[in-house]
Amino acid sequence: MVKKVITGNYSLAYGCKLCRAEVVAAYPITPQTTVVEKLAEFVANNEMDTQYVKVESEHSAMAACISASLAGARTFTATSAHGLTLMHEVLIWASGSRTPIVMGNINRAMAPPWSVWADHLDSVAQRDTGWMQIYAETNQEVLDSIIQAYKISEDHDVLLPSMIMEDAFFLSHTTEAVDIPEQADVDAFLPPYDPPEKLDVDDPKGFCSLVMPDWYMEFRYLMYEAWNKAKKVIYDVVEEFEQKFGRNHGALLDNYRCDDADVVLIAAGTSAATAREVVDEYREQGKKVGLARMRFFRPFPADELRSLAKEVDSIGVLDRSFTFAHGGAFYTEVAGALYNSPSKPMLKNYIAGLGGRDITPATLRGLYDELLQMKENGPGQEIEWVDLKDGAPHGEVP
Amino acid sequence: MGKTTIPEEELMHPGHIACLGCGGGLAMRYMLKALGRRTIVSVPACCWAIMHGKHPSFALDVPLVNTAFEVTGASISGIRAALDAKGIKDVNVVGFAGDGGTVDIGIQALSGAVERNTDIFYVMYDNEAYMNTGIQRSGATPEGAWTTTTPVGTTGDWKKGPKKNMVEIMVAHDIPYTATVNVAFPEDFVKKIAKGKDIVGPKFYHAFAPCPTGWRHPPEHMVKIAKMAVDSNLFPLFEVEKGKYRITRKPKKKIPVKDYLRLQGRFRHLPEDVIEKIQRGADRNWELLLRKEEFTADF
Repeated sequence: MVKKVITGNYSLAYGCKLCRAEVVAAYPITPQTTVVEKLAEFVANNEMDTQYVKVESEHSAMAACISASLAGARTFTATSAHGLTLMHEVLIWASGSRTPIVMGNINRAMAPPWSVWADHLDSVAQRDTGWMQIYAETNQEVLDSIIQAYKISEDHDVLLPSMIMEDAFFLSHTTEAVDIPEQADVDAFLPPYDPPEKLDVDDPKGFCSLVMPDWYMEFRYLMYEAWNKAKKVIYDVVEEFEQKFGRNHGALLDNYRCDDADVVLIAAGTSAATAREVVDEYREQGKKVGLARMRFFRPFPADELRSLAKEVDSIGVLDRSFTFAHGGAFYTEVAGALYNSPSKPMLKNYIAGLGGRDITPATLRGLYDELLQMKENGPGQEIEWVDLKDGAPHGEVP
Repeated sequence: MGKTTIPEEELMHPGHIACLGCGGGLAMRYMLKALGRRTIVSVPACCWAIMHGKHPSFALDVPLVNTAFEVTGASISGIRAALDAKGIKDVNVVGFAGDGGTVDIGIQALSGAVERNTDIFYVMYDNEAYMNTGIQRSGATPEGAWTTTTPVGTTGDWKKGPKKNMVEIMVAHDIPYTATVNVAFPEDFVKKIAKGKDIVGPKFYHAFAPCPTGWRHPPEHMVKIAKMAVDSNLFPLFEVEKGKYRITRKPKKKIPVKDYLRLQGRFRHLPEDVIEKIQRGADRNWELLLRKEEFTADF
């Protein structure tokens, strides 16, 4: 094992290399560019044996990955924001064709107005595409999640693609010490991709062919079954990963000091790292607060949330995106999962950190303070935009 | 009867669901005869997305992947990359797409694939409109044609302006081989596709494939009309190999474009002056092609 001080983007590149992706198809976009550059360097220096297709768009990147995967190759791509949303059509094609593609996405705000900074709308807007979604908290988790994701996605009970998210700049361009596992250990953990079906001239079959209404639903139901099986596979892979590499970043919902907590904040990505610090600080003061990090947004951790709901009085849900529904996407889905739960803690939605605005310890202390008072005071404004400038939202934006 | 050079093995079987007299059906059949079993085909949204049969039927003896409309160039790039990764060199990778999927929505992915010098075949079967969706005009619809989105009406609202010249667009990419083929000339068709097997890099074929349903002519006239497109010089048969033009059929007796047009309901509304304009365009393009052949003879 080697320890390197690297960015989240390099974690993606090293993860791809360690997993021996056979085909990479990618297109540059800020702030993803250092991923494709590092991969190009690996290939140019013969450190990585891969077919690197330098496509002319993200849409083509995903389309090339789908066909390469159907031809039996392990595939990888990386993108961000407008690149991911351009892929939308083919993201659905990827899951429907049951290709276990793994992709890195650097969470960046959608324009207009132009912004290159952290925001989860790009990937949240892909929540219905049939991709598993992992929101990483650290660069180490980025790298480890790629290895886990291939193992989960390629499981024959699953065969669904995965995207690993990292917050723009907070992870993509910030260096941390990262353990790079030995190649032999990764090889032992992750055998070569062995597809149950592939494009094969010796066994010619048609893929993704037209189905009439008498069969379409059954194809979708097979995917639904795969989603349900994926949850168990995720727990198994996370456990096996810990045995092999000694690290555990949590499975679907990563609970931190929730066991006897009165209030819990749900968050994803790097804001969870800040929340962890605030939880420790408040715990030292005897305040019973916890953090439930949404590690997987897909598959959605409904059972885990219902277990959590039994123990706590109030839950705050932090959305680093806004979807113009009744609250942010995390909030509406958490509320939906708890509606038929026998335990219904009070819920409140916090919209924060859009377009790369810092979510500071001070901000999170304010949220925890409110959550601690909620049992007595009620949730107040159900959907609250946090840290808006003075005068907003009614004031003029210059 | 003379003996043909066309391989006898059929890789396209009964059970396909092409319309009567479909030119696109013959294009696939001849292409597969030329390439043989060690071939993988990628097909975007187009008539062929349904012609091979609905699940679980499948009329071909080669593996085929259906893809989204605009991604054929990217899809075949991915298949080739996967085969290269596995060390498989003896399998032909083919993108088989309609005209709209090529000259319009798929032109970017195709341009990217050939610019990367990907070792692929790309066959555009050209029925000159979006036929699978019901005869809407595409960038490959010829001047003067009726379609459901150029409905003529009371204002003469037929397709205006020439069709996109996809062959020249490919030649401009400086790819190793570009050719026109036509389902009425199967020997020439098969020969040009087979030739591509010895050429590494992108091979582009513009395959003329009449559509009786959309062109408004009886199915039994399909081959005749396809042949007249060549004999009127509206669709010359030629190839461009590393920049060198070679015309593979020079009609002994040129027929007027009017004879070709009047067999098809889609041109029935055209006034004389527009027919004359189409004739002048055909003459000009033929002259241009002759000069290109002459100009590049020493290449």
